[in-house]
Amino acid sequence: MDRHFDQELSELKETLLRMAGFAEQVVAQSLKALIQRDDALAKKVEDDDTVLDQLQVEIDDRCIKMLALRQPTARDLRFITMAMKIATDLERIGDQATNIARRASELNKEPLLKPLVDIPRMAEIAQSMIHDALDAFVYEKPELARETIKRDKEVNKLNYQLHRELTSFMIEDPHTISRSLNLINVAHNLERIGDHATNIAEEIVYLYEARDIRHQHEEPPQPLKVGG
Amino acid sequence: MHSVMDKPIIQISDLDFWYGESQALFGVNVAIGPHRTTALIGPSGCGKSTLLRCLNRMNELIEQTRMTGQITMNGHDINAPDVDVIELRKRVGMVFQKSNPFPKSIFENVAYGLRIQGLKGAELEGRVERSLRKSALWDEAKDRLQESALQLSGGQQQRLCIARTIAVEPEVVLMDEPCSALDPTATSKIEELIQDLKQFYTIVIVTHNMQQAARCSDYTAFFYLGKLIEFDETTKIFTNPGHKQTEDYITGRFG
Amino acid sequence: MTFQRTKRDWQSIGLTAFTATATAAIVGIVLMILGNIVWNGASQMSFRFVFGGTREGMFEASRAGVFPMIFGTLALVILMTVCVLPVGVITAIYLTEYARAESAINRLIRGAINNLAGVPSIVFGLFGLGFFIQFVGGGIDKLFYGGELHYGEPALIWAAATMAVLTLPVMIITTEEALRAIPKGLREASLALGATKLETIWKVVLPQAIPGILTGSILAVGRGAGEVAPIMFTGAAYYLAHLPTHWTDQFMHLGYHIFVLSTQSPDVERTKPILFGSVLVLLMLTFFLNLAGVLVRARIRRRARFGHA
Repeated sequence: MDRHFDQELSELKETLLRMAGFAEQVVAQSLKALIQRDDALAKKVEDDDTVLDQLQVEIDDRCIKMLALRQPTARDLRFITMAMKIATDLERIGDQATNIARRASELNKEPLLKPLVDIPRMAEIAQSMIHDALDAFVYEKPELARETIKRDKEVNKLNYQLHRELTSFMIEDPHTISRSLNLINVAHNLERIGDHATNIAEEIVYLYEARDIRHQHEEPPQPLKVGG
Repeated sequence: MHSVMDKPIIQISDLDFWYGESQALFGVNVAIGPHRTTALIGPSGCGKSTLLRCLNRMNELIEQTRMTGQITMNGHDINAPDVDVIELRKRVGMVFQKSNPFPKSIFENVAYGLRIQGLKGAELEGRVERSLRKSALWDEAKDRLQESALQLSGGQQQRLCIARTIAVEPEVVLMDEPCSALDPTATSKIEELIQDLKQFYTIVIVTHNMQQAARCSDYTAFFYLGKLIEFDETTKIFTNPGHKQTEDYITGRFG
Repeated sequence: MTFQRTKRDWQSIGLTAFTATATAAIVGIVLMILGNIVWNGASQMSFRFVFGGTREGMFEASRAGVFPMIFGTLALVILMTVCVLPVGVITAIYLTEYARAESAINRLIRGAINNLAGVPSIVFGLFGLGFFIQFVGGGIDKLFYGGELHYGEPALIWAAATMAVLTLPVMIITTEEALRAIPKGLREASLALGATKLETIWKVVLPQAIPGILTGSILAVGRGAGEVAPIMFTGAAYYLAHLPTHWTDQFMHLGYHIFVLSTQSPDVERTKPILFGSVLVLLMLTFFLNLAGVLVRARIRRRARFGHA
């Protein structure tokens, strides 16, 4: 049956996708600002963060009203509660992108410490995670979300590597300390972005499979229990 | 307070109402906005149905009732001596708690009010079809228009009653607990219908079911013991009510 | 805990036995009466008896017929129904739809109806004689015929009118009940659609009440076909050579005929078969009138239930 409530739900989904697209965009721009040493772009990313903040407020408002007025159940209930969580993660991703942009502005003031290899690699994985988590959402593919979650390990590993490498830089030459710290920060931000993308993927799995897979990544999916 | 309330279609001012010696409404003030759904909620005996029946003067059918205060529709006092109550009821239709189709055919039920107005032939048939379409009953009923309305299911009967009411093209449709005798599926169909009809009519609905008020109304008035406790946008009432009594009622902590 | 029965419930057993006996007694009495009538009357049944006249000899079992009485009874019943139906229905509509339930006038009318129902039928006969024949009929004659007798004597119309007064309480009370049984919601629905009270009564209330009104009519007809006392002074004749052709004519009536046969017969033993035959015919007539009413009512009820009304 065609319900007015369905109309509201699809509006919510649209808003959520708009926010997701915007989050992806600011992450990409923040990295471009870093890699291409583009101050103007970095500034723009910092300014754009308010758009994400506003979208988050809008989504929360919609969800609260729907919870109060529609008494959603089952899949509708999961969708609305997960929408609120996804919006929170997207807003945090935006914050991380802003941080990266700020570090980029700092780094641009000094010559390049070393050619960036690991950071673009991390960024690529983190961005692909956001992208795939959202694809899983749009195309209702929880299996894609499960795939996405596995990639978080690579991001974490690269972050650890970079951490060690930059630590050795700082020990060898104190002049590199501020630049190294900035880069460590960027890596840390990317690692956080990976975490948020993981959260989103977990939320997508919960949305479509009604199964909470947080804090148990190693276990294979349990077959659904039928009956009792 | 709200833009739509600047030009209400119905304005209820300082309304008191008595059944014999017992007072049912105390100084009620409500403004009903055009093309909005206003829900009247509250525990049993709070006066919400009484208020509803004041709006098309159905209370007059009950002996020994009296009221003071004023109800205006489009600025005209509906209780003024020169008001024709028959005309008023054509413009303020009513759907009752218990679906009450006439023991006539589906077609004749919808045609009833129109025949009284003297409509005939193709015009009558057109209006009947349009009303049935608006009430989302056409597809189910089009092949059985000559069958008895009493053969329809409870939910269909209630939609037929809505079709019958809107056939005479009122401005306002009053609904007195229209879903209280229906199962959840039939109820949700009626609720969808209410949301569809908002674009054509101003709807005032009395309901025991506050979730129903939440789902399908724009404004909600909460009554308790004959007094209007709170009247505001439904969203506001259900997310952040201004009175403790309202909050207790909508959260189920009443009493 | 045990569910074992320790003693019999003698009270229930006793009451069941008592009520069953009472029912059986009633059924038995009815069967006895009917059996007696059918047993003694069946031999008299013939085409000639039912459709023959009295010209050949009213008290001669082999020649007497009862057709004039059947005709007179039917004519009386039909005229009576025509009189009682509108008056009864209109009164009932006034009482249920218009009069305020607690008003003095309503209580007065109701009291009058109840009293009317308790009046012995012979009193109606005398009332019919005094009011309809002497006052109304005599008045009409004085006004329109210069005192010449047309309406001021016993006639079919006055007998029917008297019978209508007798059956009025039944008619009013059953119609009232039928009107009251119509859900308030239907009236409200009609009024809420902008119908006037009259339109509501005419289009919604009355069509719904027809089965109930018919029940009233059936009861009235049953009573009207059988009562003798009210028509003795107002229109029934001992013997007539011709069928009545106008409502001012007198008529012969089955019930009155039975009364005549049992009180005026020159030889009771010889007229006994006619007596039983007439009673049987009267019973069957009443039965068929009731049956016709019940069938019509059932048909209307079905139509009311399934639309097209």
